[in-house]
Amino acid sequence: MRLNDRNLLAMGALVRYPLRTLMMLTATAMGVAAVVVLTSLGEAARSYVAAEFQSLGTHLVIVIPGRSETSGGGLGMMIGQTPRDLTLADAQALLRSSAVKKIAPMMVGSASVSYDGLERESPILGSTPELLDVRQWSMALGEFLPNVDMERAASVCVIGETVRRELLRDQPPIGKWIRVGDRRCRVTGVLGNAGRSVMVDVDEIVVIPVVSAQALFNSPSLFRILIQAKSREAMATAQRDVRRIIKERHQGEEDVTVITQDAVLATFDGIFSALTYAVGGIGAISLIVAGVLIMNVMLIAVSQRTREIGLLKALGARQRQITALFLTEAVFLAAMGAVVGVALGYLASIGLGLIYTDLEFQPPLWAVGSAVLIALACGVIFGISPARRAAKLDPIKALAGK
Amino acid sequence: MIRLDHLNRYFQVGDQQVHALEDVTLTIDSGESVSIMGPSGSGKSTLLNILGLLDTPSSGEYWLDGVNTSGMDNNELATTRQSRIGFIFQSFHLVPRMTAFENVELPMMLAEMDKEQRRERGLQALDRVGLIGRVDHRPDQLSGGERQRVAIARAIVMQPRILLADEPTGNLDTAAGKEIVGIIEELNAQGLTLIVVTHDPKIGERAGRKLRLLDGKIVTNRNSSASLP
Ligand SMILES: Nc1ncnc2c1ncn2[C@@H]1O[C@H](COP(=O)(O)OP(=O)(O)OP(=O)(O)O)[C@@H](O)[C@H]1O
Ligand SMILES: [Mg+2]
Repeated sequence: MRLNDRNLLAMGALVRYPLRTLMMLTATAMGVAAVVVLTSLGEAARSYVAAEFQSLGTHLVIVIPGRSETSGGGLGMMIGQTPRDLTLADAQALLRSSAVKKIAPMMVGSASVSYDGLERESPILGSTPELLDVRQWSMALGEFLPNVDMERAASVCVIGETVRRELLRDQPPIGKWIRVGDRRCRVTGVLGNAGRSVMVDVDEIVVIPVVSAQALFNSPSLFRILIQAKSREAMATAQRDVRRIIKERHQGEEDVTVITQDAVLATFDGIFSALTYAVGGIGAISLIVAGVLIMNVMLIAVSQRTREIGLLKALGARQRQITALFLTEAVFLAAMGAVVGVALGYLASIGLGLIYTDLEFQPPLWAVGSAVLIALACGVIFGISPARRAAKLDPIKALAGK
Repeated sequence: MIRLDHLNRYFQVGDQQVHALEDVTLTIDSGESVSIMGPSGSGKSTLLNILGLLDTPSSGEYWLDGVNTSGMDNNELATTRQSRIGFIFQSFHLVPRMTAFENVELPMMLAEMDKEQRRERGLQALDRVGLIGRVDHRPDQLSGGERQRVAIARAIVMQPRILLADEPTGNLDTAAGKEIVGIIEELNAQGLTLIVVTHDPKIGERAGRKLRLLDGKIVTNRNSSASLP
């Protein structure tokens, strides 16, 4: 039979049994759409995290107190214990390494911030002027912590946009004295619209000099030391030097974890890729379920159309022609389901993008491609057995409808 | 053209063997008109199915146009059916979703004929059975007699040498049955070999040759001319 005629006959049969066609189409479409949406979700999460880490700063090396069990990277480093404090003196000593360009010690805590009777609880970040550069933040207004010595407590602070809006309303913020915990400080600037950042929401924070933070939280221990290496190539050296210097200073014990942004990023990337594959796989399984449905419904179709098959045989159809005819039907169904599914998947992705504006939903092409291929493969694989059964029917029995 | 040689057909039903055709030896020449009669279960349909290559004998030989059909494989059987044999069934067997023309077109599609030729031959066949005005009607828009005429058009559209009909008027009223008989007799008059299974003696008697089966055996095989006074 000619390809065109075969397609025509198959289409005719599909149109003739709309309920069956719709059912199988829906099953396949759901499977394909599931793959498309789930993987685009995974991809969106992955690229979100990747972007977050990019915004962390360039050539960033991070020193965390406590030694993680897995020294090479991985999530273990996030949960190290704190055997020995990381101090400002430690931080300053790191500048001895030739690979280190800038350092920014960090203290983190929370305190109430108030102005003129208005009060809110804010994350407090204690650091030095270098932080602005190391984290690649920008200023919306005024300047970052004025160039004061690391060891001096100056009564200045920099506030995030939300803090400004909630406490100062529409007054000019620069020069205002606000209260942070039990001390007063003068606002020197408002942080720019850097938006979220991995560790903190920039809009929500108040930045004060690190020594002030130590006094405020009554602790000498640093939360992190951020280091900007001289170049990308210098990062490894910086990492080595940091370990060596801290070890010297900590009586020969290497009790810090030194990570690079790349390592963290790679870890997250790995996790999210695995996640994407996993959810994509789940979608693919639903496609195979759809395939089983195709098979069952095709089997029903074959038994419904037994007489027609008998007739075709009496009219001189060969087994191959009948196989091809029913297989074409199954593949058509799968293909139409795939097209509808891809469309649904993209629509759903667009919809998700409207709801979660922070994420970018872009179904990955490899996932769309493989979903379509799997759908077609299911059509062929699960269509072949009903088609064979049709081809093998005994013409006389088939004509009698048996 | 057709030669059956000591042909047998058994069916195994449980541990019982049904002897549907027993030692049938028969020759039918090109252009003959043959009726097959006999009581229910006597093997008429079985014989017709074997003649139409839908079934194969358990033993014995069936020679068609000088070729022993027992040597044919599935594809050869299909091709032979397609080009040489036309079927008409008691229950018409039209495909309900297709129009009259599309039903007639079906065997030509299977034979990979091109579209123009299909159009020409299909319309010609429908014209021969007097249905040129019903080309785009679906079976459910046609009367029983018209449906059977579509089936006849489909059976002759490949220009076969043999037309096999198993009780072609069984589902029709007398008037429609007469019409159908008229059409196939005319086809026979134009040279088509006609073999009809029927319960209706009035139809059976009109055939040039009358076969009578009983319990799978041919008990009568006579030409009309012999019975004429
Ligand atoms: N597939 C089969 N399996 C078992 N027995 C069969 C089969 N086909 C036919 N028979 C038997 O063979 C015998 C002949 O059947 P056949 O259908 O040829 O009769 P028939 O003369 O056409 O009868 P009717 O006039 O009722 O159509 C019957 O006894 C029938 O039961
Ligand atoms: Mg019968």
